[in-house]
Amino acid sequence: MTTPHEMHPDEWIDPYEKIMMVLGVLMLTGMMGTLLVAAFAFGIQVPSPEKQVNPNTISEQGPFSEPGLRDLGGGKYEAYIIGQIWSWNPREIRVPAGSTVTFFITSKDVQHGFLLWHKNLNAQIVPGQVSKYTITFDEPGEYPYLCHEYCGIGHHTMSGVVIVE
Amino acid sequence: MNLRNTLSFERKYTGAHIGIAMFALFLGTLYGPLQALEHAGINLYFLAPWTKSYYHGLTLHGVLNALIFTTFFISGFLTYVVSYSLKRPIAFRWVANLGLILMVVGFVTAAIPLLLNMATVLYTFYPPMKAHSAFYIGVTVLVVGSWVVGLSIFLTLAAWYKDNPGERAPLAAFMSAITFAMWQICTIGAAVELLALLIPWSLGFIDGIDPQFARTLFWYTGHPLVYFWLLPAYMSWYVMVPKLAGGKLFSDPMARLSFLLFLIFSTPTGFHHQFTDPGIAAGWKLIHSVLTFSVFFPSLLTMFNMWASLNIAGKMRDGTGYVAWIAKLPWGKPELTAQLLAAILFLFGGIGGIINASYNINLVIHNTAWVSGHFHTTVGSAVALTFIGTLYWLLPHLTGKGLFSKKAALAQVWTWFVGMIIFSRGMHLLGLLGAPRRTQMGVAIKSEIFFNPDWNVPMIWVGVGGTILLISYILIYVNVVGTLVAGRKLSDEEIPDVPLADAVSRPEQGPMILSRWKPWLATATGLIILSYGPMIIQSIYNYQATSPGFQPW
Ligand code: HEM
Ligand SMILES: [Cu+2]
Ligand SMILES: [Cu+2]
Repeated sequence: MTTPHEMHPDEWIDPYEKIMMVLGVLMLTGMMGTLLVAAFAFGIQVPSPEKQVNPNTISEQGPFSEPGLRDLGGGKYEAYIIGQIWSWNPREIRVPAGSTVTFFITSKDVQHGFLLWHKNLNAQIVPGQVSKYTITFDEPGEYPYLCHEYCGIGHHTMSGVVIVE
Repeated sequence: MNLRNTLSFERKYTGAHIGIAMFALFLGTLYGPLQALEHAGINLYFLAPWTKSYYHGLTLHGVLNALIFTTFFISGFLTYVVSYSLKRPIAFRWVANLGLILMVVGFVTAAIPLLLNMATVLYTFYPPMKAHSAFYIGVTVLVVGSWVVGLSIFLTLAAWYKDNPGERAPLAAFMSAITFAMWQICTIGAAVELLALLIPWSLGFIDGIDPQFARTLFWYTGHPLVYFWLLPAYMSWYVMVPKLAGGKLFSDPMARLSFLLFLIFSTPTGFHHQFTDPGIAAGWKLIHSVLTFSVFFPSLLTMFNMWASLNIAGKMRDGTGYVAWIAKLPWGKPELTAQLLAAILFLFGGIGGIINASYNINLVIHNTAWVSGHFHTTVGSAVALTFIGTLYWLLPHLTGKGLFSKKAALAQVWTWFVGMIIFSRGMHLLGLLGAPRRTQMGVAIKSEIFFNPDWNVPMIWVGVGGTILLISYILIYVNVVGTLVAGRKLSDEEIPDVPLADAVSRPEQGPMILSRWKPWLATATGLIILSYGPMIIQSIYNYQATSPGFQPW
């Protein structure tokens, strides 16, 4: 029995392996390509730095001193949310169907994680930084949000809900 | 005189490493089934009554399995493989001993606060959660100890190069040294995080810390850390599996190429753990995503080479066809079967890894139970099961005692495989259904907002998988303890040799650059500077030392 490799002993890359390498590169490039299309043609993006804040003073000054929803008119809203041990402030947000909500989320103590069900909102919440995501809610219903980064022994009780009416 | 007998110091040295590794795995993996059953609504924590909370147990599970077991096993195993394949003793015993001593001191120093619930910060220890300073100091000393072990390996290899000028180092030694070279380059991030930020902060020398910058430093080390676990397993798949299967390695030059690619591409990829971080620009995340896709390429090379090598073994055993030869492999050997099944599970791990690395798709799964499902097929199987398979020949080799029960070993290997498939399938599914990771699910679902009725079925998968894995876990220690206590004394001929395969395509057939060091190390450094440099400078410029410490456990 001989392998293709033994038939071409002078070549250090086996002919079959060359085929495999080309297919592998094509596959990886193709997958990367679809991601780029999703990112730039459909605008599904990961977050970029929004701004830095001081976690020790956010409750006294700046937009996070009054967490909650702001109505900007025309179906547009801003939601300022603070993660803290072990709750979200606010715990409930109500908007009419068809609204576009820009979330600004930060933490005033340890790291948290913000996971909004049924939407592409998945954020690592890091004290000192603000996470910004814009989400449109067309369908009425409940969209729970949970903490998905360990934040202490009450971590598993940290949840809230967006109610779309 | 045979080689094994001349390496009696090395055998003891490696035995010490492996013994500590298996002790860590014993305590660490006990929590695995407890956590899985907790998810399924069954609380068995009375089996570990010193555990103060679910998260205390989870911290022990992560640290002992992912940091302690792996680092000790790898240090011991690779040191031995280097000496055995170079056919020479450790160059400087005192260097090797110093490494081991530092590692033990570091482990014990970190273990005390861990066990006392004073460092319940999980194995990623993200600030501003603040552990007892002994934890950070212990981890640092452990890492420094592993550097010294790496140094000992380099010195042994250097002594060999000196005696064999212009020669190519044997594959197993070459791969081991690459693994440690990568480790030395990539642990700089965590070392800076620990030495410049966490240790002074936990000792009270500085009041505040920048959690975002600490995360960036952590993940600089965090991704290549997974390659530090994986490369020794790959080394075994390349060099030992073909021998155990009764065949040859297909291509030695291609094996070298894949490891050199790992050396350059492992580190500049860390932002793929930070796609959802607020403090890093999307453009940098995209660059790291592309680089992560590059690091899949050497894994594809590994898959091809391994398949081709096994094919040779299968055909040498009268196997035929495109796949039918697989049945002819010696599946009755637990030390081989463990590694074959580990490689099969790694296929799922690799596919899942591509999904995780996929930039925006990461938004679907980041920090969900999916991630835990993923890394139990990688570090929890590809690596852990390969190491356990290795133990099945290494333990008799080191001790001169026969494996206590081959049947128990085979049962262990298959139950791990089946249990892990069921468990991991449940975790992946839970994640897609919005279940967070690092969460005491059994309690969480009692709150109304948290509960999703679709979770019921995958929770059962997790519980059933965890139960099967509990059996497998017990079987590992039946054999470890059984062999040590009651293993039959083997005669010199019966003692298994270190399985080092010959290659069909010899190293000399490849270009010389595949055996050089400098060009590859230079490329690795250059890529790291390009992919991390600007971002690190910016982070230092924006550094805000505002976060005090918290102990919310
Ligand atoms: C008996 C088999 C095992 C079972 C049933 C098991 C189960 C689990 C479960 C359910 C979790 C998730 C907990 C959560 O996110 O709340 C977990 C986490 C983890 N497991 Fe395992 N595990 C096992 C073995 C292993 C092994 C062998 C390793 C590595 C060598 C490992 C490494 C980890 C790591 C690193 C974590 C993450 C900890 C964290 O999120 O901080 N596990 N395990
Ligand atoms: Cu939390
Ligand atoms: Cu990674």
